Amino acid sequence: MKEPVIQINLDDLEQPDTARLKAQEPHVPASDDTEEIPSKIILRGLNFHYGKSQALFDINLAIPEHQVTAFIGPSGCGKSTLLRCFNRIYALYPKHRASGEVILDGDNILARGVDLNLLRARVGMVFQSPTPFPMSIYNNIAYGIRLYERLSRASMDRRVTWALKKAALWNEIKDKLHHSGTALSGGQQQRLCIARAIAIKPEVLLLDEPASALDPISTLKIEKLIDELKHDYTIVIVTHNMQQAARVSDYTAFMYLGKLIEFGATRLLFTNPAEKQTEDYITGRYG
Amino acid sequence: MSEQFITSIPSVSPRNHNHVTWFDSLFAGAAWFAAATVLIVIGAILFVLIQGALPALYKFGPGFISSAHWNPVTENFGARVPIYGTLITSMLAMLIAMPVSFGIALFITELCPRWLKRPIGIAVELLAAIPSIIYGMWGLFVFAPLFADHAQPWITEHFGTLPIVGVLFTGPPLGIGLFTASLILAIMVIPFISAIMRDVFEATPRVLKESAYGLGSTTWEVVRHVVLPYTKIGVIGGVMVGLGRALGETMAVTFVIGNAHKLSNSLFMPGNTISSTLANEFTEAVNPIYTSSLISLGLILFLISFIVLAVARALLLRLQANEGLST
Repeated sequence: MKEPVIQINLDDLEQPDTARLKAQEPHVPASDDTEEIPSKIILRGLNFHYGKSQALFDINLAIPEHQVTAFIGPSGCGKSTLLRCFNRIYALYPKHRASGEVILDGDNILARGVDLNLLRARVGMVFQSPTPFPMSIYNNIAYGIRLYERLSRASMDRRVTWALKKAALWNEIKDKLHHSGTALSGGQQQRLCIARAIAIKPEVLLLDEPASALDPISTLKIEKLIDELKHDYTIVIVTHNMQQAARVSDYTAFMYLGKLIEFGATRLLFTNPAEKQTEDYITGRYG
Repeated sequence: MSEQFITSIPSVSPRNHNHVTWFDSLFAGAAWFAAATVLIVIGAILFVLIQGALPALYKFGPGFISSAHWNPVTENFGARVPIYGTLITSMLAMLIAMPVSFGIALFITELCPRWLKRPIGIAVELLAAIPSIIYGMWGLFVFAPLFADHAQPWITEHFGTLPIVGVLFTGPPLGIGLFTASLILAIMVIPFISAIMRDVFEATPRVLKESAYGLGSTTWEVVRHVVLPYTKIGVIGGVMVGLGRALGETMAVTFVIGNAHKLSNSLFMPGNTISSTLANEFTEAVNPIYTSSLISLGLILFLISFIVLAVARALLLRLQANEGLST
């Protein structure tokens, strides 16, 4: 385990009361180094409905900053739904509703009047299957940057290169930047999507089963990448694969039937779960 | 145990097997025949058109295409006016129909509240189901008088004096003419183009759109940079279907175009298209050279449609090369 790093967040300084107070909510992970790690996202009483059916029930949770938090649980437990609340991507669909609070750096992003485009610039997302845009590799990265910044050609080149290096893709594609992004292999496409997401320098990176469609070697690369990226980003990952959660995450939340059953430091949750249901799941008794 | 398993595999009886082969080759033959029919029919049509057109083409030579004369009395025929009319009305119709269709498809797929989706979709489909002669009658009896009385004088007054493009809007307010024909054509092709655009927009994978929205794109940015590039082949296909229809549309155009063999710079003046000329004059064509000239027009329309298709194909190939798929 690395030395816990004390992060000073500018937003915390500006709004010391709310941010600090909310960081001391009951569901802060049970771990010995809790005090040093501020919370990036805090969920309070979050409920989610698809039309009339409820998918999430009263979720309370604090996601620590610059750590990897994994959501695990059987299919349909609501872990992906929960992830989709963090950037409000669900709002694309009229019948999807979330109530409660999702507090990002002290601001409730579920509130009315939140600029969704800016929110999504702060909270990037990578999906289960690779989704390169139908354009060149270079433009796949530059597209997102152009939405927010006017960069000169040289600094755009630098930023694209930076993102591709960061996503451990640069060496494989540096000679074909202007080839189509859709012609890459599945693993490369997924790393391209990660590069695209980090190119706009978000604060939080949401990964929705990022390796489930990939072969073991690509999976390994993505996991290594996650480990490196957490120094700069707060990472939330949904995964089907318990070994993966154990390998990459610092904190793990176990969900079942739309409820948060247990949340804690990964090594504690996997070695010494507090709840019977968690134990049953991680030992493979159901799910 | 394992031996028993091996012997229990049923062997295919020869008779049974022969039956399958026989049926399969019959089926393959039928499919071959069906496919060959297309080639045979196209070949036969082309043959008959060329055969019928030969006397006129032989008499007038290449001048048939460039000459603007059309005089049944002196038996002097040229195709310039109907070719010009066909191309102008089709292009103008596409200019009007493309943005409107795009807007309809975009609204239905991205913006429309769920309850309005079906009514609009059905209305667009109904628009396609209206027979073309109804459009023609509506254009002639309803639209043309209204247009002549209310819109045309105003347009001529305000745009007719502009340099260069002004000449397009001059002339007496007749109501009928090239512009009216284009407008009616546009309304007629909108359902086809918008239905195809809607289908291909809908076929865009949800996650692809979500990941574009996930970067913080607005609806317009998602459509412009992700949906359109992803669906461009389908969109171009839809536009080509519309253009093909506009080029060949006969009845509605015949009603509203004015049917004058006169070349005019103004879009408000009567004109002619190939198909309206054919519809109007085939019954009057009593002597062989007149008939042959009309068949030549048909051959030219055939070639124009063929060229449009070929250009569309070439365009698609170039787009694919630009995207880097073929490198």
